[in-house]
Amino acid sequence: MIIVRHRNIFFGITGVLIVLSIAAFFFYGLHLGVDFTGGTSIDVHYSVARPSQAVLSESLATIGIHDASLYEIGDNGYVMESGTLSDGTQTLLPSALSVGGEFPSTIENPRNILPSLGAELRTKALVALGLVLLCILLFIAFAFRKVSEPVSSWIYGLIALVTLLHDVIIPIGFYAVLGHFTFAAIDTLFVTAILTVLGFSIHDTIVVFDRVRENLRVNHERNRKEDFAETAGRSLNQTFVRSINTSLTVLATLLVLFFIGPASTRDFALTLLVGIIAGTYSSIFLATPLLVSFEKWRRNK
Amino acid sequence: MWQKRLLALLVLIVGAGIGWFVYSSQIGAWRPFQLGVDLVGGTELTYTTDVSKLAPADIKDALDVLREIIGHRVNPFGVAESKVDIERGGVFGQGDYRLRVILPHVTDVQEAKKKIGATPLLEFRLVKPGFENKLTDENGLPNPEAFEETGLSGRTLLHAQVGFDQFSKPMVLLDFNSEGQALYTKLLNEKMDRLLATFLDGSIIEIATINPDHERATGGGGGQISGGGITPQSAKALATNLNLGALPVPIQLINTRTIGSAYGEQALHSGVMAGLWGLAAVAMFMILWYRLPGFLAAVALLLYTIVVLALFKLISVNLTAAGIAALILSIGMAVDANILIFERTKEELRAGKSISDAIHDGFSRAWPSIRDSNISSIITATILFYFGGTDLIKGFALVFGLGVLVSMLTAISVSRTFLLALGINAKTGFSRALFGSGITKL
Repeated sequence: MIIVRHRNIFFGITGVLIVLSIAAFFFYGLHLGVDFTGGTSIDVHYSVARPSQAVLSESLATIGIHDASLYEIGDNGYVMESGTLSDGTQTLLPSALSVGGEFPSTIENPRNILPSLGAELRTKALVALGLVLLCILLFIAFAFRKVSEPVSSWIYGLIALVTLLHDVIIPIGFYAVLGHFTFAAIDTLFVTAILTVLGFSIHDTIVVFDRVRENLRVNHERNRKEDFAETAGRSLNQTFVRSINTSLTVLATLLVLFFIGPASTRDFALTLLVGIIAGTYSSIFLATPLLVSFEKWRRNK
Repeated sequence: MWQKRLLALLVLIVGAGIGWFVYSSQIGAWRPFQLGVDLVGGTELTYTTDVSKLAPADIKDALDVLREIIGHRVNPFGVAESKVDIERGGVFGQGDYRLRVILPHVTDVQEAKKKIGATPLLEFRLVKPGFENKLTDENGLPNPEAFEETGLSGRTLLHAQVGFDQFSKPMVLLDFNSEGQALYTKLLNEKMDRLLATFLDGSIIEIATINPDHERATGGGGGQISGGGITPQSAKALATNLNLGALPVPIQLINTRTIGSAYGEQALHSGVMAGLWGLAAVAMFMILWYRLPGFLAAVALLLYTIVVLALFKLISVNLTAAGIAALILSIGMAVDANILIFERTKEELRAGKSISDAIHDGFSRAWPSIRDSNISSIITATILFYFGGTDLIKGFALVFGLGVLVSMLTAISVSRTFLLALGINAKTGFSRALFGSGITKL
């Protein structure tokens, strides 16, 4: 099996992608959205007519507000949500909202958006993440307990977590790059997308591992001696088409969601696209090859 | 054979029945989908509650009463979809109690706040000696230094009603509860001839001298609110609000979010379109790649979508944009089980088995991987649902988890029933080609 034989090349590619993602994360950072930082919400009422969202967004960008969400209210108004505004920006806000006087407007009803939800949500999401990882590790160790030779079922679990880390780091790095160029800020949907990638990644890895499990069992029953690399490669071959096809169906739905889905879930669909591609790649090119490498390392020790 | 076909027919009929339920309940609006504020527009208000003055054992009761009162206020007829929740902040739920009010379709925040904040805050305070002429500051606002607490407030109120004095002027008569009575008697005994000020929502509406006349005027052991500005109408409104209103715990607004309804409608419309096209794209792929079984999988997928939608209605899932996204994603993932099964069936066919044996073995061989991968998805969904924190993550996890469960059912039992009902077992090249896939030959 070509992938298993040349696994070091794929490990190299994976390494480069991960380093690039981490570098993007540290150089560009993630823009935290209103969900995380809290902020301000105001009502804007236009006395004659309101500008289009695009015009208004552009006007707001000139005074440095890139992360504003605008919702139409009534016939002639918007609700604007944004991060906390500096005093300087606040002074410029009325003229930016009226697009330099073209659309006369009044600001009403400024109010705070709860920031503490942000800190709380972050910790809650991290706690949930930790719990998911722990439970998945325990579950895989349990589900694969009958094939602990030549590789312990705990190693299956650990490798599943390694590929998971890969699948999560890459969309985060991607989003850091995206955020750098488009000011896309991370929100609760982003967290949801990352958690979905996590679910998909595990799902996909388990299907591939299941085939290794089955082939090992059949070998054992028939008393057939086969190199572990051989068995793993064969399993990979057998599940290859399924992995690609499943990803294609998911990617098809995500592309549809991206192109014609709600605007609010567009970045969500994009993050998922990257995550699902990473997840499919890792369950084929990373998970099983890592198993083989581990088995070889243990044998040579 | 006919039994299998009858069963398949039954599945189709039940599926059509559920589909009819989903369609007619939506068109007839007798059980429409419950849509989140982000899809229909609306306002969400979050308040913190101050329970510091309550004994720990009383907190739960007080919060229940609070929820009931606020619920009554925002939803006087009990038919709108407004939601009033009490939840606890903090990562592990050890933080303050929060009252969350969700008002679909209401985009006027001031109006929303008024609906909830109509609480008349009633207080009685004693004027400190020497401050009789310094009750207000230069802006006409009450001078905080001039008053001392009496403990008498809306909290010690039993009942309020409209009454008239001897000049037929309207007033609101207040009956204190036993605690209030005791406090009032104490005032009569100890603070004779001092001034008692009545505060409503922070402003002074009446000042009276404590003496036997005052006691008589208020019907013996009560309070009253009268004064120049009170009309019969306002007296009635005030009495009603005081009766309904005295909140058991003080609340303070900390968060307001509004989503315009036009924005929500657009999100809903594009979500539905994305769902339809996503379904079509997956069905197309399955038919082109897996041919006859692919077609049956597409039918099973349609049934899956119908069953999930019916479940959303039956257990009143609050659908948000994230929930719709999860549904669309689950359509893509629901066929995974079918893909696993068909790939296995194909392998068995290649090994020279007859079509019906290959189908049987394909299903049973694919089962462990379907089971284990779906269990891991369910673990993820469960943890997110219980620990995810916000509604958005919870809604997503619920839809995702339901989707995984239902898809296991439809992908395995429904497509299996259909496949076996076809009863194709000929060894002709044509029927084998129907079960082939992609571009490879069996």
